[in-house]
Amino acid sequence: MSTGFQDLGLVHFLGDPTIRSALWIGTMAAMLNGVIGVFAILRGQAFAGHALGDISSAGGAAAVFTGISALWGFLGMAWLAALILSGLGLKRAGERDLVTGVVLGGGLGISALFLYLDATGSSHSGATVSIMFGSLFGIPGSMVLPVILSTLSGLLLVLLCYHPLLLIAADPDLARARGVPAGLLETLYLLLLGLAAAISALTVGAILATALLLGPAGAALHLAGRPAQAFLYAAGIALFCTVTGIYLSYESFYWFGGTAWPVSFFVVVLVLLSYLLAAAWSRTGTVPGRPALHGAKR
Amino acid sequence: MSSPTSSSAMEEQNAPHLLEVAGLQVQIGGRSVLEELDFHLDTGQLCALIGENGAGKTTLLRAILGLQPVRQGRIRIHGKPASEERGQMGYVPQKIAFDPNLPIRTRDLVELGLRGSHFGFRGFFGNTSAAVAAALAAVDGEGFADQRIGRLSGGQQQRAVIAHALVRRPRLLLLDEPLANLDFRSTNTLVQMLGRLVREEKITVLVTAHDMNPLLPFLDRLVYLAHGRAAVGDVHTVVQDAVLSRLYGYPVTVLHHQGRILVLPEDPRRGMETACPGHTETDHGETGS
Amino acid sequence: MFASYMLHTWIMASILAMATGILGYFVILWRSVFAAHALPLAAFPGAAAAPLLGISPLWGLFFFSGLGVLFLRLFSLLGRKDIAMGLLLTTFLALGGLLLSMGQEYSAAVFSLLFGEILGISGRSFLPMVLIALLVLLLVLANFRSLLLQSVSPALAAAAGISRSRLDWLVLALLALVTAGALPIVGTLLTFTLLVSPAASAQRLCSHPFWSLVLSVFLAETMTWLSIAMAFWTNWPPGFFVGTLGAVLFLLSHLTARFRSGLRPSADTAGRPGLSSDPA
Ligand SMILES: Nc1ncnc2c1ncn2[C@@H]1O[C@H](COP(=O)(O)OP(=O)(O)O)[C@@H](O)[C@H]1O
Ligand SMILES: [Mg+2]
Repeated sequence: MSTGFQDLGLVHFLGDPTIRSALWIGTMAAMLNGVIGVFAILRGQAFAGHALGDISSAGGAAAVFTGISALWGFLGMAWLAALILSGLGLKRAGERDLVTGVVLGGGLGISALFLYLDATGSSHSGATVSIMFGSLFGIPGSMVLPVILSTLSGLLLVLLCYHPLLLIAADPDLARARGVPAGLLETLYLLLLGLAAAISALTVGAILATALLLGPAGAALHLAGRPAQAFLYAAGIALFCTVTGIYLSYESFYWFGGTAWPVSFFVVVLVLLSYLLAAAWSRTGTVPGRPALHGAKR
Repeated sequence: MSSPTSSSAMEEQNAPHLLEVAGLQVQIGGRSVLEELDFHLDTGQLCALIGENGAGKTTLLRAILGLQPVRQGRIRIHGKPASEERGQMGYVPQKIAFDPNLPIRTRDLVELGLRGSHFGFRGFFGNTSAAVAAALAAVDGEGFADQRIGRLSGGQQQRAVIAHALVRRPRLLLLDEPLANLDFRSTNTLVQMLGRLVREEKITVLVTAHDMNPLLPFLDRLVYLAHGRAAVGDVHTVVQDAVLSRLYGYPVTVLHHQGRILVLPEDPRRGMETACPGHTETDHGETGS
Repeated sequence: MFASYMLHTWIMASILAMATGILGYFVILWRSVFAAHALPLAAFPGAAAAPLLGISPLWGLFFFSGLGVLFLRLFSLLGRKDIAMGLLLTTFLALGGLLLSMGQEYSAAVFSLLFGEILGISGRSFLPMVLIALLVLLLVLANFRSLLLQSVSPALAAAAGISRSRLDWLVLALLALVTAGALPIVGTLLTFTLLVSPAASAQRLCSHPFWSLVLSVFLAETMTWLSIAMAFWTNWPPGFFVGTLGAVLFLLSHLTARFRSGLRPSADTAGRPGLSSDPA
């Protein structure tokens, strides 16, 4: 029980290959979600980001059913939904939320079916839990490399389109007047949102994926005074929450006599705490410009 | 008219105009919004585009920017298709309402005027601070340069966007209803500023408005839109009973009072259906979103 | 499928569909789709905790959906509503997942709570459910005009002395109540489909406020009955049918509305100010 008070068991922690894969995947999920989350919030697409995460569960469930890798399952379904949403090309916020909700319902229905089929096929009885609430310690090491590569390509794309994306976030009309292909970037951005949701689903589970997307970015927007800061803070906060969450979950095995609490639980709680802290901190006036009480959602 | 083969052709007497709109027709949803529009602007002019709500002012600006598909006609900047010359134009849209949570300072927005369309890594290199400072100075925006744009007042946000448009030193600045939501003093300040841009920086400014009066002191040219057609010229040739009556298709009277101009329908009952630009307009003017 | 043990399910589902049809109408008018999605998820730990504490799931659901409403209002004070909802729902879900992991039959329990179960209702919860439905019916009808005016023009409503925050509380409280009732049958994730799809479809098809409310209830009933019947026959989870039927229903009514209005840009009910989108 009193494991390594001196070294916090870190050597043991990092020496475990399962933990190392988990840390890699968690790191990637945190960086991508922190960065994409800032755009998602600025463009008032928190609900769309949430929906993509939830819908990706259908892909995860189908992946278990068909035996393909969970990453491609999550990603395939998230991208399908992203393409549907971008194909509908809805501009007005209210209309967008409505249709997003209907698409979300359809996706969850499909997810229900596949999870049911998974559960009746006797070998995958735990699929519901691992897809919905994540099983970071159960991810095979072979998935680490694809996750790293897809995350890095996603981040590279963001970097290549950084200024146009920022201008669209500020005001799409200004961007269009500058000749920025706003429609194309919208699709690209939704696909990136889908990628972020899929990798987040792998880390903390499909229905909790939103936490990594919205929480750190929301906190960062409370703290940041300029664009680059927002992205760095968001990625940093997400990283802190994920790594600490993994560590706490690992340690909780010893606290509670042999049943570890899920990684996703710790990550989500840490994300919530950091958001609340950042919001409270920004109200003390230390941050340039106090946030408005009710942000306009576009 | 000489073909625009070299830039020195611009200085010649018969050089292509800065902006030339010829035979322009625009339809939206099968309905004709602009039909047969012809006018041109030259360097260093302040031009007002006057018309009631729904006359097609925004549509015309968007067509010039290449954002609105055009059914027929051509729009040229220095003799070249306008859609290829976007770099020469700055645009200030009508509805400006930034999210208060945007972590973007006025300074950053102005910098995005330079880099907002840069893909790849070149947007991260090079020093822009001098250009940004100059654009901010042009709109008297130094005072709020380091504040978040979403938390500025409406007038300040507008000036921030004008600086964003100016920072690339455009030849043509398009402003959509910049005076719509300004009080008397801000209106004056803005008009003075536009006048200074035209006189000192030799930028051509095209401003849409439903009331021409605040712009009168600096106005070089007037494009008066109604029913998809336009009367073009300087203020005195356009704002006349005969010209405007022909444009509206029913008799209107122009009143001059202490240097201000009022356009009224001859039959006052018509004013109920079709308000004319002037003071009568303000009671149902667009009050933002 | 009309055996006596199914009778409860049929009656309860019908009552619930009525309540969701009515309430959904205002969820759509007020543009509070995200809230309708978030509150059922907030109630999730209630159902998860009930077996651990040995209480009826309904009380757990009431407690946590009430808590959800409270936190939602509190968090919204800190910044944007959509972030508040996203974080609230994930936190409550994570808590529910944790609680479930402490019980028996972890995965099966999670599945039936998330996606529903047609036999998810016990006779004991019969009376509370009827009361919920009656309460929703009464409160909505009593405030019909205020709710409608508020959704059409907040400024006009304010001028008429209608308190925005009182109506906000009312809608959220009713959402919490209906959520608690619907959750055991349809499941956490798809309760909101019952709130959103029938009402959204009805508002596409019919522009008269009262008749589209009636149509919304009718569509909700049809959707629920069909889902239960098909779930019974196939043994597949009802959530699958609710979700996909909801999407199909909306698609059909959207196309119908398009077709009827010809090729004109749709002049639908969109763009009204609402609970979650407030651009002015
Ligand atoms: N997206 C659109 N769909 C349908 N009609 C439009 C659209 N945009 C503009 N219009 C129509 O085009 C006309 C001109 O609009 P606009 O250029 O915005 O007028 P103004 O800017 O002069 O007030 C109006 O009658 C308006 O109804
Ligand atoms: Mg306009």
